Amino acid sequence: MKVLKSLALGASALAFSVGAAQAQFSGDAVKIGILTDMSATYSDVAGPGTVAAAEMAIADFGGKVGNAKIELKVADHQNKADIAANKAREWADVDGVDVFAELVTTSVALAVNEVAVQKNKISLITGSASSDITGKACTPNSVHYVYNTRAMAVGTGTAVVKEGGATWFFLTANYAFGENLERDVTKIVQAAGGKVLGSAKHPFPASDFSSFILQAQASGAKVIGLANAGADTTNAIKAAHEFGVVAAGQKVAGLLVFISDIHSLGLNVAKGLQLTTGFYWDRDEDSRAWSKRFFAKTGKMPTMVQAGTYSAVTHYLNAVKALGTDDTAKVMAKMKETPVNDFFAKGGIIRADGGMIHDMYLAEVKKPEESKGPWDYYKILRTIPAEEAYGSLSDSACPLLKK
Amino acid sequence: MADILGVPVQVLMGQLLIGLINGSFYAVLSLGLAVIFGLLNIVNFAHGAQYMLGAFAAWFLLNKLGINYWGALILAPLMVGAFGVVIERFLLRRLAGVDHLYGLLLTFGLALILEGTFVHTFGASGQPYAAPAQLTGGINLGFMFLPWYRAWVVAASLFVCLGTWLLIERTKFGAYLRAGTENPRLLQAFGVNVPLLITIAYGYGVALAAFAGVLAAPIFQVSPLMGSNLIIVVFAVVVIGGMGSIAGSILTGLAMGVVEGLTKVFWPEASATVIFVVMAIVLVLRPAGLFGKQA
Amino acid sequence: MSRTAWLAVVIAFALVAPFAIYPVFLMKLLCFALFACAFNLILGYGGLLSFGHAAFFGGASYITGHVLKEWGVPTEIGILIGTLAAGVLGMAVGVIAIRRAGIYFAMITLALAQMVYFIFIQARFTGGENGLQGIPRGHALGLFDLNDNYAMYYFVLAVFSLGFYMVYRAVHSPFGQILRAIRDNEPRAISLGYDVDKYKLQAFVLSAALAGLAGSTKAVVFQLASLTDAHWHMSGEVVLMTLLGGLGTIVGPAVGAGVVVALQNYLAAGPLGAWVPVVLGVIFVVCVLAFRKGIVGEIRDMVKKSF
Repeated sequence: MKVLKSLALGASALAFSVGAAQAQFSGDAVKIGILTDMSATYSDVAGPGTVAAAEMAIADFGGKVGNAKIELKVADHQNKADIAANKAREWADVDGVDVFAELVTTSVALAVNEVAVQKNKISLITGSASSDITGKACTPNSVHYVYNTRAMAVGTGTAVVKEGGATWFFLTANYAFGENLERDVTKIVQAAGGKVLGSAKHPFPASDFSSFILQAQASGAKVIGLANAGADTTNAIKAAHEFGVVAAGQKVAGLLVFISDIHSLGLNVAKGLQLTTGFYWDRDEDSRAWSKRFFAKTGKMPTMVQAGTYSAVTHYLNAVKALGTDDTAKVMAKMKETPVNDFFAKGGIIRADGGMIHDMYLAEVKKPEESKGPWDYYKILRTIPAEEAYGSLSDSACPLLKK
Repeated sequence: MADILGVPVQVLMGQLLIGLINGSFYAVLSLGLAVIFGLLNIVNFAHGAQYMLGAFAAWFLLNKLGINYWGALILAPLMVGAFGVVIERFLLRRLAGVDHLYGLLLTFGLALILEGTFVHTFGASGQPYAAPAQLTGGINLGFMFLPWYRAWVVAASLFVCLGTWLLIERTKFGAYLRAGTENPRLLQAFGVNVPLLITIAYGYGVALAAFAGVLAAPIFQVSPLMGSNLIIVVFAVVVIGGMGSIAGSILTGLAMGVVEGLTKVFWPEASATVIFVVMAIVLVLRPAGLFGKQA
Repeated sequence: MSRTAWLAVVIAFALVAPFAIYPVFLMKLLCFALFACAFNLILGYGGLLSFGHAAFFGGASYITGHVLKEWGVPTEIGILIGTLAAGVLGMAVGVIAIRRAGIYFAMITLALAQMVYFIFIQARFTGGENGLQGIPRGHALGLFDLNDNYAMYYFVLAVFSLGFYMVYRAVHSPFGQILRAIRDNEPRAISLGYDVDKYKLQAFVLSAALAGLAGSTKAVVFQLASLTDAHWHMSGEVVLMTLLGGLGTIVGPAVGAGVVVALQNYLAAGPLGAWVPVVLGVIFVVCVLAFRKGIVGEIRDMVKKSF
């Protein structure tokens, strides 16, 4: 905490000394560029829903900060890093976009971060998972907002080991994100006295998981950890259900599960699944109020990525409004100095490594008879304090902190 | 417990069975592809999308019309097959006489259109579809837990494959089909309506894809992209079996399921690639495929 | 207008284009245009449908990215190494593949490309799904800072012109003549005493190397090499570009690449953003049904008819 405080003080001093009140906006407008997956695997987790969330945030500002108009640009990156980087570059060079937001899938986030640094823009990452974004690949211009692999690992890993799930077998998507997740959970499990018996690295994407489920069953591990995402996770959960994994006494732990996944699986299949989330719509008055507005606009309850996008964009616009400028360095300093207090997070802080740390929630998927209807899916079992979920800053591998 | 290369025999047996189950999907899909290729000389790249349509048809029948799984098993292939007939009649027929490449490209375009439209309408993460009540649960075989539904998948696919094989090899209609594959002009000269035969063959091949889609619906999510990566794998199966060979595509489908299943045990990362390795080897050593007539 | 006059117009346009159109977009366009022209060499003139060209395109971009980032070689050398690597890979694939024709050729190239793709997923140096990020652009000839988009553009234009010229020379040479003879009637070419396999292999290797040149250059422009470039969808995309522009025409593939890249770029940002795959699909279908000769092919026919 000491480090945090001194950092915050330093940042505020900086902001004070340069924060002259004259309003100045590049291109006479504040331009926000949402790069997301509009048409493929992650379009339900992020996609059109994040665009709707950003539109809500802008509408709540009346479409203006001071005299400057807020403009929203949207592009479909199709989960391809080169398309994303290309678009971001073009937005920076031609359209004068000030901030890139959402950036689902880690390869996209990493590529756009490079562009953000080169072009001196801000990137608000709400969609991607890898803890490397605030670790060895951290940049002074990016904020990693909603969740990361470490926070997911801590939440689900610790809880499951505590309940007696001491031995693990992983089904890991064979790419950087999957390995990242497996690595982070393994650390947590071992620290809590558990043991990892093995893992099967499946191709990404894979459609049939029965073979891997069988291997997991044969391993005799108490817990099957799913270090994958999207359709891979839902298919693995379905296969586990079909092959009677839970009935035979094993437990399935989804390490990255979104509410849209549960919605598509149905409670009958997903019931009892423990997962970690950065946001649940039915948590308190504020989250319900906002989510209902979101539902009215889109017909779906928000995923944590979508809710986080509203919150991140709002936080950014607040900083711009307070400073009267969209200057990158000043806005970053202001965002880091101001805590996030809204329906999404209470007392969230953006640290020097760019991580927005906030409380996370350990949830269990309700049984069909406990649910009052569509979207009533989670029981919140525990609130995981921010520091515990994201680790202390001194453990961060971010090179920026070494200076 | 005895081990083979460090893997217990019991685990291996389970994996073989799983491989056979997946293989029966490959068998039905590659059979449809082989029928289409045999008669139309077209690589039907929309096969994966048509498989997806079958699953969605089942979902639609259940949720909008209240028709259950068993009804869907008959109706969905008919619906999607009819759609296939329309495609053949109005699009593919125009390509008669031009390079096969164009048929491949046309169906590839169709696949993009179908999948894109469904993603836009239903979202990418898919819809749940429950297995019929009669087939929930399973049986403990000692070495593994076998869900009844998976056992049913093997039975149903083998039944359909065998039926198709008999139809083509043992009936008059089948004789026309085979003759059409060999020499359509001569057959036409004998007074057989070859264009109609081609339309039926395409419709039937597409219906087989849809049938596989209905079988798959309770196992996987009914999602728009469920077939998008399947097509090149299934086509590889057809090539390995020998293009145009009906029995070849069925047997190779089952065999490739098993090969893939075993790879998942010993080197899981490579399980998506192993079929292509087999294909490359087969094409080098036996260019017409395992069951094809060698030129 | 005469041929030279046309050429002058095109060159003049290419030189002033970056001042009117966003240079990075133009560079992307040039990279894909070169890729499509290289592909056309084997499909349009050799009559062989390769369904694995992404392996050369993507492979070269990884190699170039790696040597630029880790070994710190000059940009030109990095691109050269990537191109050569693609040529060697093309040789390995070609030796196996050219023994088959038609659909079997397509499938064997696909199979081998899938294996190469698998290696890229498994190998450490490619960064797996995250790709190779932050590849330095460096300096051209040690003088011009390529981090400037305009300098980079002229560099890419030079690379493209070189590659395009090589394709042009190859097609309009005795070698190209023989290649077309083989395409149109292979038994006849054999009976005339030509070593058909040798010519096919040479064409394949040249095509692979030039595809590699395009991939290497793209890696430098975007400072990124990713699995997308090696995926079989990319092999399919280059077929679309070539076909759309006009199979076996010298400028057709470049035009096709331009149309596809422009569509992807501008649709993605517009209200049709989520419909990009559908629009591409519709173009595929319409093109196959109505404009089988491609844009350039159809125009050429129209011009011919009106005289």
